[in-house]
Amino acid sequence: MKNQISISIKYLLAITLITGLIYPLFISLISVILFPHKASGSLIEEDGIVIGSKLIGQKFETDKYFWSRPSAIDYNPAPSSGTNLAPTSERLKQIFLKRKKDFAEKNFLKNPELIPNEMLFASASGVDPHISPASAMLQVERIAKARNFDRAKKEKIIGLINSLTESPQFGVWGNSVVNILLLNLALDKMN
Amino acid sequence: MITINEIIQAIFYIIALIAIAPVLGGFIAKVLNGESNFLTPVFVVLEKTIYKFSKIDPSEEMDWKLYTYALLTFNFFGILILVLLQLFQAYLPFNPQGLPNVEITLALNTAVSFVTNTNWQSYAGETTLGYFTQMIGLTVQNFVSAATGVAVLLVLIRALKTRKGNTLGNFWVDLTRTILYILLPLSIIWAVLLVSQGVVQSFSSYKEITMLEGGKQIIPFGPAASQIAIKQIGTNGGGFFNVNSAFPFENPTPFSNFLELLAILLLPASLVFAFGNLIGAKKHAWIIFGVMLFLFVSGLTVSIISEYSTNNVFNQSGLMEGKETRFGIVNSVLWSTATTAASNGSVNAMHSSLSPLSGLITMFNMEIGEIIFGGVGCGLYGMLLFIFLTVFIAGLMVGRTPEYLGKKIESHEVKWSIVAILLPSAVILLFSAIAMKTNAGLSSLANAGPHGYSEVLYAFSSAAGNNGSAFAGLNANTAFYNLMIALGMLIGRFGVLIPVMIISGGLVKKNVAPASAGTLSTDNFLFAILLTGVIIIVGALTFFPALSFGPILEHLLMGEGLTF
Repeated sequence: MKNQISISIKYLLAITLITGLIYPLFISLISVILFPHKASGSLIEEDGIVIGSKLIGQKFETDKYFWSRPSAIDYNPAPSSGTNLAPTSERLKQIFLKRKKDFAEKNFLKNPELIPNEMLFASASGVDPHISPASAMLQVERIAKARNFDRAKKEKIIGLINSLTESPQFGVWGNSVVNILLLNLALDKMN
Repeated sequence: MITINEIIQAIFYIIALIAIAPVLGGFIAKVLNGESNFLTPVFVVLEKTIYKFSKIDPSEEMDWKLYTYALLTFNFFGILILVLLQLFQAYLPFNPQGLPNVEITLALNTAVSFVTNTNWQSYAGETTLGYFTQMIGLTVQNFVSAATGVAVLLVLIRALKTRKGNTLGNFWVDLTRTILYILLPLSIIWAVLLVSQGVVQSFSSYKEITMLEGGKQIIPFGPAASQIAIKQIGTNGGGFFNVNSAFPFENPTPFSNFLELLAILLLPASLVFAFGNLIGAKKHAWIIFGVMLFLFVSGLTVSIISEYSTNNVFNQSGLMEGKETRFGIVNSVLWSTATTAASNGSVNAMHSSLSPLSGLITMFNMEIGEIIFGGVGCGLYGMLLFIFLTVFIAGLMVGRTPEYLGKKIESHEVKWSIVAILLPSAVILLFSAIAMKTNAGLSSLANAGPHGYSEVLYAFSSAAGNNGSAFAGLNANTAFYNLMIALGMLIGRFGVLIPVMIISGGLVKKNVAPASAGTLSTDNFLFAILLTGVIIIVGALTFFPALSFGPILEHLLMGEGLTF
């Protein structure tokens, strides 16, 4: 019986070495060789400065950029979080109604019922990098106006949304989405 | 509205599971039986080195008492080390953020949580635990807690198979073989695939960047892929980051989502077939699998319909609150159903914001004891307890001594099965009641109305079922919840595990009687219906009153458009 105590301690040591140290380091090694960019966070650099990660959404609220989804943490994942508000929450209802009104007004929409629901509800992570292409299209008018774009350039924004729309992965998984950070970076390059 | 593409994704998931589980199950049976396999040349030296280093005699056979003692001793040291790692993490290496030592009730809660395969998280990974604690502490327990489940299942299988025996195998050998030949290879494959999708695996310190529009953002990193792989494979579910697999670095693409989803049910489903192979009852294994699949698909269907029904508060259906755009509605509830069916507990959407009936399904899945596939190993041994009960009830109906796979099921087995089923149920109901009657319990609620109560009921269902997911609005990082939930997790784990060991100790001594005309057949459709009936009746009778105050009431009030 006493024997099992000493076995437990030694075994824990051995198995920690294998699964807690060698295993993660082995995965790190393979990752660095095969997918160095992805393993280190799919970071986007401009002029040698990291301006974000392709996977981590950023906060956009001025008129000249496409807006991301509402976030419970203001896009600062320290730590990440959703709102965890209930489907019967009065607070959520008030926030929802305000978002709906604001989005419709600022984007010159006559029918607020057209707004896709992901723009009115906060994401799970607080840093959702995507919105649906439909939500992006609804913002084109506002952006074109804020940037003083003519009709031709406005058409170009629409082209940009279409070219950056990611369709379901391998034709099966997920929905059509647009990465907001990539879209806004492309938008800035248009000028 | 649900799209065709979403339906296809759900069906594809189920087909993939049905296709892979029997094949992987066959391989697992070989490993657990001690036969050599194609991985033997890779790991046999390592296996022998572990035995030698730890002074384990692999040929030593243990009776149920010694086996249980070895298991409990090992788990005790697992908890102890994990508590110490957290209490002193500020002095340990690989902590580039300089995260401080963890408070003691939180450290205890987290240690119990990972050792019991629950992986409940009162902490936020990225702001509480350093890389060293996550790797050396948590990743290790992700492996061994899953392997412990398999070991206990294996004991029960041997008990059913052995004729008038006494010993039930060697705990250390079962643990080692499960880790080296099953968990580790699968984790390596999954980890590399996940990195290929963008899951981070980096020891860099967090980066503070200036966002395009101005304003600061902290980007966290860590050796996440290696931990997430085993977190999904081993039905652990403890996220590297706070929002678990909703965080883009933990689950970046729809395909990584599919891989992680598949991993949730992969081993629990495969173990059903491994059981069938080991015990020589392949048809019976399909019946068990069928019952599990039926319960899973039923829950999924209710969840999907519920999500796509109109919420009268918002006049919207398919609410995206707490969900990620890249996954959408169906992938979110596919996950919520799978993760609570198996005792995984990882999430890719915030369960607290799900529609009330989807929330109900997640709670019901946990409350019936995590037996719809369930945790690795523990899901199936939990299901076998329900099978003992079914065989016994059916035996009473026809007035014959009930038998299962040739072993007589008598009062000893039934008594301990009932203990194992009742203990977690008692935790859920009593602990929830205590929390609802005390200030310490009520002050943590985030939502008002029936949903506030659901947060508490969910927390203790999750603890007792060793699930680990949460209605995360609840502020669980208080001394009250840390200690109550830790106790709930211990009872939920060992209150089932120890009775299973006791039952095995009794079963192994019995003779195997050949089937006669009076034996209830366990590999036909009738048995499947009986078993399903017993599970639903036991679950519904125990939890319907509790659930009606929470999600059912919320659903009805939502229909009236009421808010809280």
